[in-house]
Amino acid sequence: MSNKKEKILVVDDEKIVRESLFHWFQEEGYQIETAEDGETALRIFDKNKFDLLLVDMKMPGMSGLELLAKVKEIDKDTIVILITAFASVPTAIKALKDGAYDYVTKPVDPDELEHLVKKALEQRSLRVENEQLKGSIEEIIKPDNLIGESAQMKKIYELIHTVAPTDTTVMIRGESGTGKELVAKAIHINSRRKYFPIIPVNCGALAESILESELFGHEKGAFTGAQFKRKGKFEMADGGTIFLDEIGSVSPKMQVELLRVIESKQFSRVGGNQVIKSDFRVIIATNEPLEDLVKQGKFREDLYYRLNVFSIIIPPLRERTGDIPVLAFYFLNNFCNAMNKNIKNISPEAMEFLTKYDWPGNVRELENAIERAVVVGKGETIKVDDLPFHVSSSQAANSDGDNSMTAMEKKHIARVLNENNWNISKSALILEIDRVTLYNKISKYGLRNPYK
Amino acid sequence: MTGINIVPVKFYKNTFLKKIIKELNSRFHSDISLIALDLDVEETYSEDRGQFFSSQIIALSAPLTQTIPGKVLMITEVDLFVPVLTFVFGEAQLNGKHSLVSVCRLHEEFYSGISEDELLFQRTMKEIFHELGHCFGLLHCIDWDCVMHSSQGIEEVDIKGNFYCKICARSIDGLK
Repeated sequence: MSNKKEKILVVDDEKIVRESLFHWFQEEGYQIETAEDGETALRIFDKNKFDLLLVDMKMPGMSGLELLAKVKEIDKDTIVILITAFASVPTAIKALKDGAYDYVTKPVDPDELEHLVKKALEQRSLRVENEQLKGSIEEIIKPDNLIGESAQMKKIYELIHTVAPTDTTVMIRGESGTGKELVAKAIHINSRRKYFPIIPVNCGALAESILESELFGHEKGAFTGAQFKRKGKFEMADGGTIFLDEIGSVSPKMQVELLRVIESKQFSRVGGNQVIKSDFRVIIATNEPLEDLVKQGKFREDLYYRLNVFSIIIPPLRERTGDIPVLAFYFLNNFCNAMNKNIKNISPEAMEFLTKYDWPGNVRELENAIERAVVVGKGETIKVDDLPFHVSSSQAANSDGDNSMTAMEKKHIARVLNENNWNISKSALILEIDRVTLYNKISKYGLRNPYK
Repeated sequence: MTGINIVPVKFYKNTFLKKIIKELNSRFHSDISLIALDLDVEETYSEDRGQFFSSQIIALSAPLTQTIPGKVLMITEVDLFVPVLTFVFGEAQLNGKHSLVSVCRLHEEFYSGISEDELLFQRTMKEIFHELGHCFGLLHCIDWDCVMHSSQGIEEVDIKGNFYCKICARSIDGLK
């Protein structure tokens, strides 16, 4: 939940505008006051310190520009954003010269207003916080489900700790299911960009035809049916982080585009001419060695060098078996809560099985196995029979059998997709997973759409 | 524990409403009811903007719902605005009784030309949980995985979480 300390003063002669903005900022958690004219605003401003003023340009009596000048005389650090009912370039330029942070035209796009206010306030507070971050992080904040106390995981936490406060591009390597997205999230939430979003892009799941619109957005009317504009992933990541998963699967054409955007940090929406600048950090993930793809001519060398700045390699679960019990109990607790079950323990035999199994699907496969065990389990303890493997513990290391959970899941997903003519939304609905998860699984299992 | 009353306002998709009620029932212990109000919202329509003024719709509904206990959640298909902004997905009385959600700009076909019913439902539920959260006194959350994160565009509706974070959930009465 948010309880912001920043104080905002809205100055507008229209009561309805003051009320609308009051409620809007109140929901955002700001401390908010309003004034109906410049004189009242100055009286309030004199008694209280405000971080930001949102001022109507045209008011009876003192104009917005006059108020701006007086406020700047009192406190030059106060941020002033002007609102105008009509776009007047000369007046706006004068306002900016006089020290206004920016101006907006009524009616304001809510996204534009939110972004402007947020960026103005956070740029200021982050200057201080960033300095503190650089010097004083003792321990990283981990996403709830980034778990493990093995030496390998501790090394990863150290690397996150080192790289998070910088803006360096990070390449995360690891097999499917090792938790690459969690590491990316950990880097993001320990950086100065944490108040802005981390935008995941599954490069393998995006069809070439919609990739451009997905990444760069489109303007209203850019194509049939585009009645509203839409921001792309790179624009969404402004101030935050873009996480490009499965980067190795990007087509050669898109590699050129990615290189250009990552270097210039600017682009245009599809169907638009306006150049959009976005301040994003890049984190990429791959489960195949990009060096090999470069050697094979499938991945651009220049893009590879642009991306390969700081690497974090996540070991497969079979190489950090010491983390299996803590992960298993974490998932057990989560699924029991979600399903209202009261399973508290894992039998020694079942735990031995879990620690000896090869886990080709890594942590994700372990999570699925525990979920299944919680569904079928009776009593307070998970037993070997509750696990989704019909083999004895001596066979545990041999995971290539067709009865493994991975194989069963692959077959089941393929069957549901085929039965539904590869309609992703419908199949995801039947499988009770979201579309992104389904795309991930399609990619993981190398399933191919026969209708394409 | 208070109930949640769903009020369709210029909204005629009964199957969709049933699905919303089912989802709310799975998330709240409270009684979820569907009620009809004799609410004429034409006077809130702005010809210049082609949109309906959300704050006025809430104001019009207040006298009609005085005797109804619990929260009143209005769902509409029409596009909503407040004067200073180009549009709003919805509006709610902070720590109050009434909230209003428009599905108009949640339709994927308006962005990509492709209709996706399930996506529309997911977006609608996010906005419903969000506006209800305001009625329960919640402000916007800084956690992008929380449904109370602000969303001023469809892209943000899509990337924020689909339910309350642990901290916000503590403030909601009757959550399962």
